Amino acid sequence: MHQVESIQSTPEASAAPAKLGRAIVLTSGKGGVGKTTTTANLGTALARRGSSVVLIDADVGLRNLDIVLGLESRITHHLLDVLEDRVTLDDALIADKHSENLFLLAAAQSREKDEVETPKMQALVASLRERFDYVLIDCPAGIELGFKNAVAGAEEAIVVCTPEVSAVRDVDRVVGLLGNRFRPQLVINRLRPQLVKKGKMLSVEDVNAILRLPLLGVIADEPEIIVTTNRGEPLALRKENATGAAYHAIAARLAGDDVPPPMPPAAKPTLFERIGSLVGRKRS
Amino acid sequence: MIEFLKRLFGHQGSSATAKERLRLVLMTDHLELAPEMIEQMKRELVEVISRHVEVDREHIEVNFERQDRTLALLANIPILSVNRPNGKAESTPPPPKPPKPASAKAATRNGEAPPSRKRRRRKKSQSQPQASTAPA
Repeated sequence: MHQVESIQSTPEASAAPAKLGRAIVLTSGKGGVGKTTTTANLGTALARRGSSVVLIDADVGLRNLDIVLGLESRITHHLLDVLEDRVTLDDALIADKHSENLFLLAAAQSREKDEVETPKMQALVASLRERFDYVLIDCPAGIELGFKNAVAGAEEAIVVCTPEVSAVRDVDRVVGLLGNRFRPQLVINRLRPQLVKKGKMLSVEDVNAILRLPLLGVIADEPEIIVTTNRGEPLALRKENATGAAYHAIAARLAGDDVPPPMPPAAKPTLFERIGSLVGRKRS
Repeated sequence: MIEFLKRLFGHQGSSATAKERLRLVLMTDHLELAPEMIEQMKRELVEVISRHVEVDREHIEVNFERQDRTLALLANIPILSVNRPNGKAESTPPPPKPPKPASAKAATRNGEAPPSRKRRRRKKSQSQPQASTAPA
């Protein structure tokens, strides 16, 4: 009788007793806007909230997520090993060294993106959703097959955008390609409040006046990100850091908590500016 | 010091430029994303114009062009003949007009370029509505 039930129902529903996690792709179109960093930090923050999380590096041929997490020396098997049935999923899942409940499925480094078969990718994500609360898929740059495969198994999308003309344009394009199915939410990365204040950088409002997406949060252009990436320790491990805390706020919003989107601290006037504004006032 | 302060305050931010460029580029992108919309527009343009003049449907060109601050629609619709009002509508080709491609584009090239957002440029015939529209 149990069998009959599972045949009649969809594969998702057949896993009824198990969990059905959320499969979220992080994408942007443009490269270098911080997809991988965001994936690592958001995954860390979600895991620290007590959720079980698996991160899939879908950037086949350009494996990077392992570096950001500091797991590069532990990779024995990768995504394509699993998709091509050489190893089991459990063999290929690498436990994070900092956070419990966080796992990585690394990309194949010496293979190419078109070697991934879309249906197999979909099946893999579906099976991961039965085991994890969150499946975060780090999408490669571009909108070709690598993008399509990364997106294939996902149900939701987070688009990462920097306040630059080219990045906004690419996100706009990607959102057009995603359509309505993924209900994309926006993370604005690398904002520099000081530059925004001076009118030298697009503001959060400028960006989202164009994209018009639900805003998950804004991450500052934080030098510590470079340091933590050098070390392979996501900044989200350090909640006392404002940017680390911002990732936690984004994770909370993603999980449905009613908290405002994190914003970088407002630009403080520098000493020169304060002097300058005094001088300016006297002059005018 | 003055120089420094000038640099600090005198500069007009470049984010306004970024915004403007972004607005324009996205407008073009979105048009490119919807070729079926352009086709539809072309059909409708031809339909309207065909009420007044007979056009060469084979050689219609509709393009969008960036013109410094605006996006312009450029339609090149060759006119084969002018339909007479209260006339025997179709096949009798009106004698005077030879099938000269009235290039709207060329006609307005050396023009004034007012910064309207979308301009339709086409040769306008005397717009006397006529019943029959020279069926295809």
